[in-house]
Amino acid sequence: MSAFSHPFFLHALLAGTGIAFAAGLVGYFLVLRAQVFTGDALSHVAFTGALAGLALGYDLRLGLFAATLAFAILMGLVGKRGRADDVAIGSVFSWILGLGAFFLTLYATHGAADGTAGVGVLFGSIFGLSAGQAWLAAAVAVGIGLAVLAVTRPLLFASVDEAVAAARRVPVRILGIVFLVLAGACAAEATQAVGSLLLLGLLAAPAGTAQRLTDRPYRALALSAGLAVTEMWAGLALSYAAPQLPPSFSILAVATAAYAVTLGVVRNRPRTRLRPVQAW
Amino acid sequence: MNWAEANAGWSWNPAADIQQIWAFPFMVNAFRAGTVVAVLAAVIGWYMVLRKQSFAGHTLSVISFPGAACATLLGVSAGLGYFAFCVGGALVIAAIPRSGQGGRSQESALTGTVQAFLLACGFLFVALYKGFLGGVNALLFGSFLGITTTQVITLAVVAALALGILALIGRPLLFASIDGDVAAARRVPVRALSVVFLVLLGAATAEASQITGTLLVFALLVMPAAAAQQITARPALSLVAAVLIAVLVTWCALVTAYYSPYPIGFYVTTFAFGVYALARTGRALAAIRPDVSEEPANTPVGHAPLGGTP
Repeated sequence: MSAFSHPFFLHALLAGTGIAFAAGLVGYFLVLRAQVFTGDALSHVAFTGALAGLALGYDLRLGLFAATLAFAILMGLVGKRGRADDVAIGSVFSWILGLGAFFLTLYATHGAADGTAGVGVLFGSIFGLSAGQAWLAAAVAVGIGLAVLAVTRPLLFASVDEAVAAARRVPVRILGIVFLVLAGACAAEATQAVGSLLLLGLLAAPAGTAQRLTDRPYRALALSAGLAVTEMWAGLALSYAAPQLPPSFSILAVATAAYAVTLGVVRNRPRTRLRPVQAW
Repeated sequence: MNWAEANAGWSWNPAADIQQIWAFPFMVNAFRAGTVVAVLAAVIGWYMVLRKQSFAGHTLSVISFPGAACATLLGVSAGLGYFAFCVGGALVIAAIPRSGQGGRSQESALTGTVQAFLLACGFLFVALYKGFLGGVNALLFGSFLGITTTQVITLAVVAALALGILALIGRPLLFASIDGDVAAARRVPVRALSVVFLVLLGAATAEASQITGTLLVFALLVMPAAAAQQITARPALSLVAAVLIAVLVTWCALVTAYYSPYPIGFYVTTFAFGVYALARTGRALAAIRPDVSEEPANTPVGHAPLGGTP
């Protein structure tokens, strides 16, 4: 009996492929623009949004998308001033996570479900998707992917050299906000697959691997999406073969292993632009 | 005292309420542990904010989750797992070379991947240890129930040790944190100090995780220190303020959490964030005030001769 005869595996494959495709594309730009910390923020917001949606009696996805999109727009409007102050951002995130814990207890005590709902949101439950959820997730993910591809050229320009792009009348600020909104939607999507705590790995690992392998932007973008989808498939297969491994762990383990191998094997090419390394 | 009497709720008589809460040994232990953790986290966190190492603190707090999960899986005490993983993680971070190795984007991609992978490992340990799923929430979001006296003693000993080391290296560390280059030129061992501090940070994270949970460590580590540094620029004064804020926030959170069904992590973060927001607002208002007070003060002085005050 093959894996493909199980509906739950087919649903996971369908949703996972779409989500990995979108995450690979969005993640490449996140890494290129050094906005991984923003991705981290979005994952915290996704958790609270999902549980707020559940606790207030709405669909989980409604809360997810509402919270991440609102936060993405807010971050985009605050702009660079918000990026500078690590302490302020960290404080706000912890508080948002605390709120998430509040909604989790609210849901567990007043809702019909048990306390494991939070675990599903935090670590994902891709094997638990229904057919309708899987199709919707795949459709939204493909939409995000196409939107990223539509703005790829100006976004690349704006990410690599913002000042020159602005001088050439590329709408840098609007592009930044559009990208953050896409990243927010992608985070909401990825939460359904690997959970809000682990989506950072799905965004960062394939993109980091692709950037290590090639310097050409379009090739790296395609490679990032391809790697993400392949890693998703491999992770799902691994979890199917060894049921004691949760799918979220398998997907991330494969992605991390691929990144680690690339780091070890591919030598770092001398780069023309050396930026100061982020302080620990 | 019977359960109905004990569960009577907040009576707006603080003395009676505290007496009622402290009638339970587990609450007394919770207060002891909370106080120890708050003091240690505030002091270490104060240096962390000064050194702009909150990202390292975040990474270490994430490591504490697989640590506790692994310890539970292996059947040893969770506290051992917290300390082993956090201090180990601190040593690894200290060993990572700081320069070269690609750009900032590669660095952040690597950090993000490592964090997500460690959390995934924690989840794997939890999944392998069946029937533990309810405990995940306690690990992630904190719990003050069931702290034993042995645990309190362990926390206190580790905290005393960490604070003792910090007291020894406090002055050179402050120097190295404020101006590393000048300190290095004055033969202060900057690199060794940074390694020692990271290990202390690991110990503080491991302690704070046991009260606030893995995800909310920032509440005790960053927020009191950040608020105190908003209030005053003088090092000694803001250090004392950070400790006071942390202890106060922890006590208030413990009392509130006792009377309500919601997790303590939520109250700690909310109170700490409230203090931080107040401090920032206060500072913003203080920055505005000179302009406001200047105008009425200047106008009479500038115009008095022209108008001819009677």
